[in-house]
Amino acid sequence: MEQKEIELLKLLEKNGRMDNETISKMLDVAPAEVEEMIKKLEKEHAILGYSTLVDWSTVYEYEGVAALIDVKVTPVRGVGFDKIASRIYRFPEVKAVYLMSGSYDLSVSVEGKTMMEVSRFVSDKLSTLDTVLSTTTHFILKKYKHDGIIFDEGDDDDKRIMVTP
Amino acid sequence: MSTSYLANHVKELQPSGIRKFFDLASQMDNVISLGVGEPDFVTPWNVIEASYHSLEQGYTAYTANAGLFELREEISKYLQDTFSISYSPEDQLLVTVGASQAIDLALRAIVDAGDEVMVVEPCFVSYSPAISLAGGVPVAVSATADNEFKVTPEQIEAAITPRTKAIVLCSPNNPTGAVLSKEELYGIAQVVRKHDLIVLSDEIYAELAYDEAAASIASVDGMKERTIVISGFSKSFAMTGWRLGYAAGPVAIMQAMTKIHQYTMMCAPTMAQHGALEALRHGNESVREMKTSYRQRRNFVVKALNEMGLSCHLPGGAFYVFPSIKETGYSSEEFAQKLLEEERVAVVPGHVFGESGEGYIRCSYATSIKQLDEAMKRMERFIKQNSKTQKPTV
Repeated sequence: MEQKEIELLKLLEKNGRMDNETISKMLDVAPAEVEEMIKKLEKEHAILGYSTLVDWSTVYEYEGVAALIDVKVTPVRGVGFDKIASRIYRFPEVKAVYLMSGSYDLSVSVEGKTMMEVSRFVSDKLSTLDTVLSTTTHFILKKYKHDGIIFDEGDDDDKRIMVTP
Repeated sequence: MSTSYLANHVKELQPSGIRKFFDLASQMDNVISLGVGEPDFVTPWNVIEASYHSLEQGYTAYTANAGLFELREEISKYLQDTFSISYSPEDQLLVTVGASQAIDLALRAIVDAGDEVMVVEPCFVSYSPAISLAGGVPVAVSATADNEFKVTPEQIEAAITPRTKAIVLCSPNNPTGAVLSKEELYGIAQVVRKHDLIVLSDEIYAELAYDEAAASIASVDGMKERTIVISGFSKSFAMTGWRLGYAAGPVAIMQAMTKIHQYTMMCAPTMAQHGALEALRHGNESVREMKTSYRQRRNFVVKALNEMGLSCHLPGGAFYVFPSIKETGYSSEEFAQKLLEEERVAVVPGHVFGESGEGYIRCSYATSIKQLDEAMKRMERFIKQNSKTQKPTV
């Protein structure tokens, strides 16, 4: 991949709403070229989507809990962990699935409206899958930082004095 | 108390023209400042954490006058790896309170009363006052826009007198962003050697060169023995408030500088030295990321300025652009003042960096792209409203 494409990905990863004109000036390419690069990267699935990082704890009306579940499974000959992972990640309440090194195999991030709902997902859907050996559910109490963004950081003032040599 | 008690040479020093804009800008709301001469990043966390750790461990006493030996070893290694120049951590390196103190010490170590020291304007505002305070006479040579603000060997040679002792160079440059190439430094070195001068080479922005790596004049043949390399951690590692710099040079000069330092400063702050150690050992990745971000913002600002009609060459380094505002018919000072009053954008008028800066302004792009974008929009509006080149419609 070209250097400018990598820079473009990094810019968009930080701010998916950065406009093409700004990007074109920063990367020193024509605006049309930025558009083309983005199209190409979308086509190659390097860019999978554009989302917004929301701190739901600021929204009073929002009800929801999240949990990280350590899952031990029996890998299946020929397909390894992929088949069981796909069984799991197709559930809409599952937000992320990772294959892990270490003492368990899959890390599953789940979101639900209530603890009860998440518990039910674990006991009814996840634990009952054939190849799942065990699950350990950790409920998330507070998010401090997600995807490189610090939550709660109200204090982003410029601490520099206004004019210096 | 009347000012009659003050030393004459101090009374004669003019306050910096930057001060005025600071006072003006700080009284206003909603100002976007492109006037800040320091990074917008906070120091990398591993550096802050290392400094915490050193305090927790009880490293709160003085260090050796010249600085922590391990830090001098790391600086020596860095200079070797980056510029292929070797300085002994034993007696050729001195850790100082910012590069500013290193400049002061270097001048005090070499200048006799009446000695002339050349400065290449436009330049950092402290050189000439520091020369005067050391008893020397600053002699300005003007680098001009037609040569991308790079001084030529001929200009230097023309300003040399029997009293010329040294020349202060700064590349990458504050305020113009100009970077002297290896060839250009070679040309300057010829004149310097021919006339037996010393070079104070302020390389504080050396890590922030975007098109090709910055070279050090000390690495030119025969120059190491007549160059004092001055640098520090402020710009490359976003550590301005830590006040930590260093100087490297010939043993005799470094010993003299260390002697002054020992009597007037003892040593640089210990906790800052521990932070700097971590910065040199594990800070490369942070520097690389900050550099990419500066380069992108430089490109953005240079494009935006040229599009609005302020002609501006693409500077090779530092985090400043130095566009011409001559088209508007205003002086630098008028332009900066009106821009601040009408659009609340703070820039520094070029003339504060020396006569040849008149007709230009310094804009620092060490501020978020969001702020830069807004500042460029405001400036464009300002230019449209203040353009004197617009012909009235007949």
